[in-house]
Amino acid sequence: MGPRPLRIIVCIKQVPKAQELQVDPKTQTLKRVGVPSEINPPDANALELALQIKDRRAAEVIVISMGPTVFDESLERGVGMGADRAVLLTDRILGGSDTVPTAYALSETIKKIGDFDMILCGEETTDASTGHVGPGIAGHLDIPQITYISEIQIEDDSVRARRTAEDGTEWWETTMPCVLTVNFGCTKPREPTLLGKIRVKRAGVIVHWSCADVGIDPNKVGLKNSPTIVAKVDTVHLPPRARKVFHGDAKDAVAKLLDALLEDGVIAL
Amino acid sequence: MTDGEHVVEDKSHFTGVWVFLEGRKHILRDVSIQLIGEGRRIADRRGAHLTGILPGHSVENLARQAIGYGLDRVIVVDRPVLEIYQSRPYAKVMATLIRRHKPEIVLFGASKNGRDLGGRLHAVLETGLAADCVKFDLDEEGNLDMIRPSFGGKSLAHILCKRHRPQMASARRNVFLPPPHDPNQTGEILHEEVDVNEKDVDATLLEFQEFTREGGLRPEEARIVISGGYGLAEGKNFAMLQELADLLGGAVAASRKAVDSGWMPKEFQVGQTGMTVRPEVYFAIGISGAVQHLAGMQESEKIVAINNDPKAAIFEIADYGIVGDLFQIVPEFVRQIRERKATKAVPMPVAAR
Amino acid sequence: MAERFDAIVVGAGPAGSAAALALAREKFSTLLVERGRHAGVKNMFGGRIYAWPLFDLLPEWEKDCPVERFVSSEHMVFLSGDASLGIEFESPRLASGKAASFTALRPKFDEWLAKKAETAGATVVTGIKVDDVVRDGSRFHGVVAGSDRIEADLVVLAEGAMGQLTQRAGLLPDLTPASVSVGVKETIEVPAPVLQERFGLGDRDGASYVFAGDVSGGARGGGFLYTNKTSLSIGLVVSSEDVARKKLEVPALMQRFRMHPSVQRLIKGGKVLEYSAHLVPEFGLGMKARYVGDGILVAGDAAGFLINNGYTFRGVDLAIASGIAAARAAVDARKSGDFTARGLSSYERYLRELNVLTDLETFRAAPSYLKNERLFTLYPKLLAEIAERVYTVDGTAKQKLSEVIFDEAKEKAPLLRLLRDLIEGARSM
Repeated sequence: MGPRPLRIIVCIKQVPKAQELQVDPKTQTLKRVGVPSEINPPDANALELALQIKDRRAAEVIVISMGPTVFDESLERGVGMGADRAVLLTDRILGGSDTVPTAYALSETIKKIGDFDMILCGEETTDASTGHVGPGIAGHLDIPQITYISEIQIEDDSVRARRTAEDGTEWWETTMPCVLTVNFGCTKPREPTLLGKIRVKRAGVIVHWSCADVGIDPNKVGLKNSPTIVAKVDTVHLPPRARKVFHGDAKDAVAKLLDALLEDGVIAL
Repeated sequence: MTDGEHVVEDKSHFTGVWVFLEGRKHILRDVSIQLIGEGRRIADRRGAHLTGILPGHSVENLARQAIGYGLDRVIVVDRPVLEIYQSRPYAKVMATLIRRHKPEIVLFGASKNGRDLGGRLHAVLETGLAADCVKFDLDEEGNLDMIRPSFGGKSLAHILCKRHRPQMASARRNVFLPPPHDPNQTGEILHEEVDVNEKDVDATLLEFQEFTREGGLRPEEARIVISGGYGLAEGKNFAMLQELADLLGGAVAASRKAVDSGWMPKEFQVGQTGMTVRPEVYFAIGISGAVQHLAGMQESEKIVAINNDPKAAIFEIADYGIVGDLFQIVPEFVRQIRERKATKAVPMPVAAR
Repeated sequence: MAERFDAIVVGAGPAGSAAALALAREKFSTLLVERGRHAGVKNMFGGRIYAWPLFDLLPEWEKDCPVERFVSSEHMVFLSGDASLGIEFESPRLASGKAASFTALRPKFDEWLAKKAETAGATVVTGIKVDDVVRDGSRFHGVVAGSDRIEADLVVLAEGAMGQLTQRAGLLPDLTPASVSVGVKETIEVPAPVLQERFGLGDRDGASYVFAGDVSGGARGGGFLYTNKTSLSIGLVVSSEDVARKKLEVPALMQRFRMHPSVQRLIKGGKVLEYSAHLVPEFGLGMKARYVGDGILVAGDAAGFLINNGYTFRGVDLAIASGIAAARAAVDARKSGDFTARGLSSYERYLRELNVLTDLETFRAAPSYLKNERLFTLYPKLLAEIAERVYTVDGTAKQKLSEVIFDEAKEKAPLLRLLRDLIEGARSM
């Protein structure tokens, strides 16, 4: 008798592609519709880790997201990559939620799915880069969290994860269910496959839930129930740069550069 | 924070500026020290006390050390179970203390543990947390104006938490200046009881392997950073950069592409998803200058770029640069520096020929 | 998870989408797999679709089909040096009923047709390249993409001009330069009022131009120009054999073409939106394609179903018709329970009934005829010079038309050869 299948929930967010970050001047928020978008890269790394677990043992991978219906694009990609199904929590009242309502709403969605063993998230998003939602979900569900991990090992009922701290590497062990946040770039996310894309087209594989479907309290979500707001956005004022560029033969150019750096007191020998 | 009924408590009940103190192996983290300085500035403007919060075990020395940086007092919660940082017990301690004392502002260093803690805590307390701040101010109403980079580092967003308390923020490392240390500074050390023990622990640290410090300084600490990118083509070519770094007394770093290619470990990565550095001089070698990389180094005092593509974006923000083949330029640079150092070191012969 | 479909269609161009649509309608569980991110993204053509097969396939097609303009005037222009001689044909009947043809933009059109296939019940997957067709000896029964394998009773290859799977399946000989041309095209933005004024068009109608003669600087080929709603599609189709042999650069040829005063006049002031290039398999039946096998059918460009007879270019309509024919053959095969080449053999009959094969056979000689260099250099020059002499009234003594013709021909074109070329032309075109 083999090990029981694990249910792994991966939280993903759809973000504008890095080079395409565009601010809507009216709302001072990121344009999300009509710009090239992708799965938040750390979330894709998290999904890849989940799929690697599924490669090795019986597991059900469910990708979930909270956002407008355009996020279906990313959920479809997740299923195309190999996730078994997807849930989009989508509801107008969620608009403008900061990380407190987001963690709450995703937690409720996860509870509704139920019976989960692991929740994986990317360490942070490339558009907001707070890194709050993963730990926030753990706080709401009161389950263990291990952040900034690159590797997962599963033995019976325990999970071991390799965590990157500033000054070294840590190996942690905990029980399931738990939340793990995954380091950007620790895996190479696989491409969607033909079978995956066929699964995307099957009815019921990707579902939309509203707040009412999940039982989310409207008084705890949305812009007006978010503790933080973005009051304003300034452009960064960077120091002007001298741009003294030297061309030509390596020996000459280096000599000129070295002269300039020494003269201007940038370096001393 | 709500009063338990989803109604936000009257914020006038909340006073005081708190700094979460983080240590490893009985040394205060640099970001905690930096935050004490900034916390002092904010507390003074608010006319409030500055308190350090130190959960841990046998941390009396650490508490005293912290006072020396300018804290009015330190609240210590000393339990064996808090000896090393763990999410759940630490979050429980912080939540309990915050509910008990109602600070107006709580600051964390945006270290891995700081963000791990803040993230869990802000959901439990249902209050605002601004991540990775680089500046703080106060708005007209006295709310904390939490300023952080956004949109890939091209903008600065001002985050306000107007109705909820405490206002929480994590602060980026090496942005705020560490305050001077005065061992004669006096301040209270309060020991508080929080019901936290073994049953609150839900994870075990099996092993910790410190990064060895071979190969010189770490980029965040160095005055000169020599950073290599995709143009280096191979991992072994970073040895050339290390040579240059050693000559100039600097540290080697890498762009994300170089790290992704496996040429350098992740802890040397500079950029939006790596670390931010602001050295006196940043050498960008074989680095094209993608927006995400710039976000991690664009505030360096002086930037020197070496790239064989004259149109590379890095030249837009460089003070000095050479367009050419780095495999010729870097060794030549090393050679010429050695030469000049040698001529300086040799004393003038008494009798010239 | 093993996955199985009754039919798998490779390529969501017009042939594939038409096949998938017709198969789905006949209650075949159908998978349509497209390599590009969306249908049509990898496809390019000159610009005009003959609509006749759509009437059968989608009786309501006109309601939402992304038509640019219905072609109501045909132009044939002979270029020589900096002069040109043009023939114009206009008729209200050109743009109506089953004879209707319209200019289109491929990404929009292909996407529309693929969506119709999906609505009819086909499972449409994009962004996946089929690596191989599954076979046991001569029997084909599925496809492989990456590490995924899908089984089917019938595989329809509609993969377009490059035909790699078709070649690998042994159904198409290797492409040689003689059988492939290079098509290049620019889409030039011209605002509708300007466009309509310049070409004398109403809101919905359009013009088609074929350029013959000294179009491609010594390489055999022809030019085209089609009017879209707010843009022009202009380009060349040139023999890749000539391009290779004479060491020509296609972009330079395109530049030379667009700089001809008669072409400049039509495109001036327009902004180039897009530049694209594509292979065009020429010589239709001459390619010796086999398009029926055990469990496999080939449709569209992949089977060489294109006609270039010098004055008309057809590909999309033949592709759609072949997709329809493939579905009909599949129905027969299912009825008899036999998906071997024999069970699918009615494909050829349906291709004839829809006049795909018939027209291909009619114009079978056109490709070799069009190899005749004189058509591209000597004869257009002759025509232009005759016209120039006829139309120039400058005070010098004028000659009669017949004298001019005889004069010019005597010098440049031996009469016997000219006559032979004329007759052969009439026969093959």
